[in-house]
Amino acid sequence: MKQKFSNRLRVCLLLLGGGIMLYPLLWMLGATFMTNAELFGSFSPIPLHPTLDGYRLAMEEYGGAINLLGAMKNTILLVLPKVLFTLISCTLTAYGFARFEFCGKRILFALLISTLFLPQSVMYVPQFLMFSELGWVDSPFYPALILPSLFAFDTYFIFMLIQHFKSTPRELDDAAKIDGCNAVQTLFHVLCPVIRPALISCALLQFIWSSNDYMGPLLYVSTPEFYPLSLFVKLSMDADAGAAWNRILAVSLISVLPTLMLFFSAQKFFVEDITAGSLKS
Amino acid sequence: MRSERSVLQKRSARTGVRLIILWLIGYLCFRCYPFLSSFIYSFTDFNLFGEAPQFVGFDNYLTVFRDEKMTAALLRSFAYAGFTVPLKLLAALGVACLLCTKCRGIRMFRTIYYIPSLLGSSPAIAILWKSFFRTDGPLNALLSLFGIQAVNWLGDPAYALFVVGLLRVWQFGSAMLLFLGALQGVPHDITEAAALDGAGPFRRFFSITLPMISPVLFYNLITQLAQTFQEFNAPFIITQGGPRSSTTLFSLLIYNEAFQHYEMGQASAMAWILFLIVASISALAFLSQNAWVYYNDGR
Repeated sequence: MKQKFSNRLRVCLLLLGGGIMLYPLLWMLGATFMTNAELFGSFSPIPLHPTLDGYRLAMEEYGGAINLLGAMKNTILLVLPKVLFTLISCTLTAYGFARFEFCGKRILFALLISTLFLPQSVMYVPQFLMFSELGWVDSPFYPALILPSLFAFDTYFIFMLIQHFKSTPRELDDAAKIDGCNAVQTLFHVLCPVIRPALISCALLQFIWSSNDYMGPLLYVSTPEFYPLSLFVKLSMDADAGAAWNRILAVSLISVLPTLMLFFSAQKFFVEDITAGSLKS
Repeated sequence: MRSERSVLQKRSARTGVRLIILWLIGYLCFRCYPFLSSFIYSFTDFNLFGEAPQFVGFDNYLTVFRDEKMTAALLRSFAYAGFTVPLKLLAALGVACLLCTKCRGIRMFRTIYYIPSLLGSSPAIAILWKSFFRTDGPLNALLSLFGIQAVNWLGDPAYALFVVGLLRVWQFGSAMLLFLGALQGVPHDITEAAALDGAGPFRRFFSITLPMISPVLFYNLITQLAQTFQEFNAPFIITQGGPRSSTTLFSLLIYNEAFQHYEMGQASAMAWILFLIVASISALAFLSQNAWVYYNDGR
């Protein structure tokens, strides 16, 4: 009896909290279908005079150089290579740390972990100077944003993959070795298939984080033509001086749709791997 | 036999180094070099479009403590971290405790609470925040139902920083998942034994559960502190540091100094101060670990 009551209370609290958490997002969804006249002044997320004006205007070109579809294309050009490079470089590095002994490994591993905790902001100025020197700033191929990921820049993923390699039995490696595989063959033919779920969650997280990233493009992309979605969204708000909010919110909503769609189609990779991968040691 | 073994070991070591070589190059070029050069820049007067860097000793560092605006921004960053980090961790731990049960529908709740942390860092959500907290926005309309007068959330220096911080607190989902994972790892037999011995739910939570999950609490605390001190997107997009500088965090000032005024030396010194603050807080936390973090492996 007592148990039942406490469970009911628990569900009530969770419902209340969940409502509060989702209310801004639901209002945003509703607001994109409202007219600008009814958008403010009411709290209801249900549009009384539904209209597609917001979306129609969102698709329209303005300012000349860039529109929503162009910004989407830019985001894809930026994010896909980044995901691919991250997967390759982080898998190799994690495999090296998890399975091999070499001198200086303890020190290198300590350096690796320290990058997880050290603030990124101390790097912005010198990185900017270095990348401008190299001519990597404001290029249509985003080298300043993409190339570091070729060198396993995002430590979080290395760390996550090391945990997964460590929980994979070493007998697999030995068996592959007996069958004549060298280290790289073992990695790609034997171990990668085993840790595939972890690889998928790395790819998904990197996709989402890089498409949400604002600071990077803000520093390294200045020509509107090359703007990815994150910059375009801000531009679309500034360009309007805050008048057509249904259009601004529609642009914003469209910009997070890929993230939401990925999340809902691959939910189990998120919720399970974040809890499993991040803190075993 | 022995020599054959050492040959094998050597070969394995060589493969290991080859595998991590990409990371090592990246570490030296994209982390080590910028880190050290920013340290050197911080002692120079260096305008991007001015003359070559001039050595000025500790001037840039002293400026931060002499300039009222900079000192105020630094204190503001402390205040900001001081309320957002505890609120976020409390929310994460509280909801994780509620979710740590085998009720039906728990998966759905877990998803609902996780979504904000997935989207929150995107500029799109900062824009949503800006419209949501307008004086004529939906929140004030909702509050007026309860007879509360409209508040100018983002225009009033008394509230603006809190509203910006709320966006960060709202994204407690990933910290919550970590807590949830830890809570599910707490063995039932210990809590049940304590219950039989007459320990109430609060006693059980503070004497058993909390110590058992302290490693995750520690991890969440450090990562959240580091992230909060570097907060940029939300105040930059929602309030541009206003009204009357009430949301100008130190990190925003670093950006302005570097990429609006192009004072790279001054900006580097400021970034180093921020770095030293975060590093010393983390170091303090690491040193105090023995006192309050419990590791299961007997350490």
